Amino acid sequence: MNTPLRPDLQLIADQVPTGARVLDLGCGDGALLAWLQQHKAVRGYGVEIDGDNVVRCVSAGVCAIQGDLETGLSDFADQSFDLVILSQTIQAVRQTEGILLEMLRVGREAMVTFPNFGYWRNRWQIFQGHMPVSETIPYQWYDTPNIHWCMLGDFEALCAKNGIGVRQRVVMDQGRRVRFMPNLLGSLAFYRVGPH
Amino acid sequence: MSNTEQSVGIVAAQSAEFASALELCSGSVLPSYTLKYETYGELNAARTNAVLICHALSGHHHVAGRYHPDEKSPGWWDSMIGPGKPIDTRRFFVVGVNNLGGCHGSSGPSSLNPATGRAWGSGFPLMTVPDWVKTQARLADRLGIDRWAAVIGGSLGGMQALQWSIDFPERVAHALVIASAPKLSAQNIAFNDVARQAILSDPDFHGGDFYQQNALPRSGLRLARMLGHITYLSDDGMGEKFGRMLRSGEFRYCYDVEFEIESYLRSQGDKFANVFDANTYLLMTKALDYFDPAQAHGDDLALALRRAQAQFLVVSFTSDWRFSPQRSREIVQALIAADKKVVYGEIESSHGHDAFLMLDPPYVNLMRSYLRRVAEELGA
Repeated sequence: MNTPLRPDLQLIADQVPTGARVLDLGCGDGALLAWLQQHKAVRGYGVEIDGDNVVRCVSAGVCAIQGDLETGLSDFADQSFDLVILSQTIQAVRQTEGILLEMLRVGREAMVTFPNFGYWRNRWQIFQGHMPVSETIPYQWYDTPNIHWCMLGDFEALCAKNGIGVRQRVVMDQGRRVRFMPNLLGSLAFYRVGPH
Repeated sequence: MSNTEQSVGIVAAQSAEFASALELCSGSVLPSYTLKYETYGELNAARTNAVLICHALSGHHHVAGRYHPDEKSPGWWDSMIGPGKPIDTRRFFVVGVNNLGGCHGSSGPSSLNPATGRAWGSGFPLMTVPDWVKTQARLADRLGIDRWAAVIGGSLGGMQALQWSIDFPERVAHALVIASAPKLSAQNIAFNDVARQAILSDPDFHGGDFYQQNALPRSGLRLARMLGHITYLSDDGMGEKFGRMLRSGEFRYCYDVEFEIESYLRSQGDKFANVFDANTYLLMTKALDYFDPAQAHGDDLALALRRAQAQFLVVSFTSDWRFSPQRSREIVQALIAADKKVVYGEIESSHGHDAFLMLDPPYVNLMRSYLRRVAEELGA
């Protein structure tokens, strides 16, 4: 029941205000929402494309809505959530910009995490002549679902272009916070964003 | 024995007589009526484990098990209900009821009107989904069930589950709304009306009073069923099963059965016309047409559902074009807007509308896990 969250999910969970109304996009097996319901009294829904994961959500007591993020968030009304979460998924979606905008249409604030492509180990593998493969990126170039890689600056530029303000940024590596040269030394980026 | 260990086994139907008058949405009043029902499993001491199964257009109270060991087919949802099945009768007390206006033992057009001693026929009032829910609530009172652990239904049955959550918020813990819609579209109503016209224009229909004429509007009912059946299957499913297969292998240039699909539809129509009542068919299609719980709330379904206290499971099937996934999403959207707990599953299936009666594994898994959760929550 009280299994610890994956570190990147815990990072998100720690920032979620108690009692918030939360939408978790690509919620997987519902671990994050289940934890938030239990520890932070959030009410919320997850969106998940995979039927087996929807079943896991049900077992975890999470309200999962089966659907495809790529087709938008038309099931959800404007500004109907305190917070919309997209964890380690933005690099795998086709409509990256569209989803970011949709998140801030239905939510007052958004949290986004993604593997930082600028991480030094990735750069090192590229330097050696190969696309990065690691624990956080466990795919070969030909079978990866990750089609929109970005680094910290890229994501921030996308936000700026759309008038979205960065309210908080946390960069992590191996479960530890990285403050020095984050785009080089951080493997995971966390952003809390909202309208300017 | 064709019964497996997962069957509820041999079952028997029961009758409940209601002597208190029932005021209907139409304004008519039924002074008394009978409801036929079946139960499986045991009601627990706390009475928290009762599940109501609401049937669709041609369904009835015989939901699971067999009346005798060599009965050819079991109840219509036997695949889903029984010991170890998703609606697990080791945990739940399951109630199946034949809706008022039906033709399987509950009061309806083909039953005797006590006032005249003859079949009701055209005199039987039209029913609505809220009317049915009201009568089911009276049956629940009779059975000592204050609150259902779950009200479950597919298609028209799903509409009853939804209506239950609105009309008796405190009496429904979970509503399972499967392959359903928040109201019929113009196309849905159009299909229903063609089916009705087939019956109404059958010379053997006699304005609904064919019982006294020793007649049966078989051809009208048969056509209605054939038309309905097309809308229950998907184009792909029909294609896979029948394609353009010919009975005799070559064209015969006549109007007899040539294609296998014609043979299938005609035999489905014939079978149905021999066992179902034409007036009940008309009444059921009208209840479908009238269903629109949002109407009384300024066409705002979320507003209608705000009073619900239930949690919801909404399920649709990708190849269902009678009540497409989009129709289920309308329900889901309203539930989310009303801040209700809802799980939505969109099941990949080629079985069309009929998929709610089938056993596509993702569907069964979802039902099983949801109902296990219900059982745990309610100590069933």
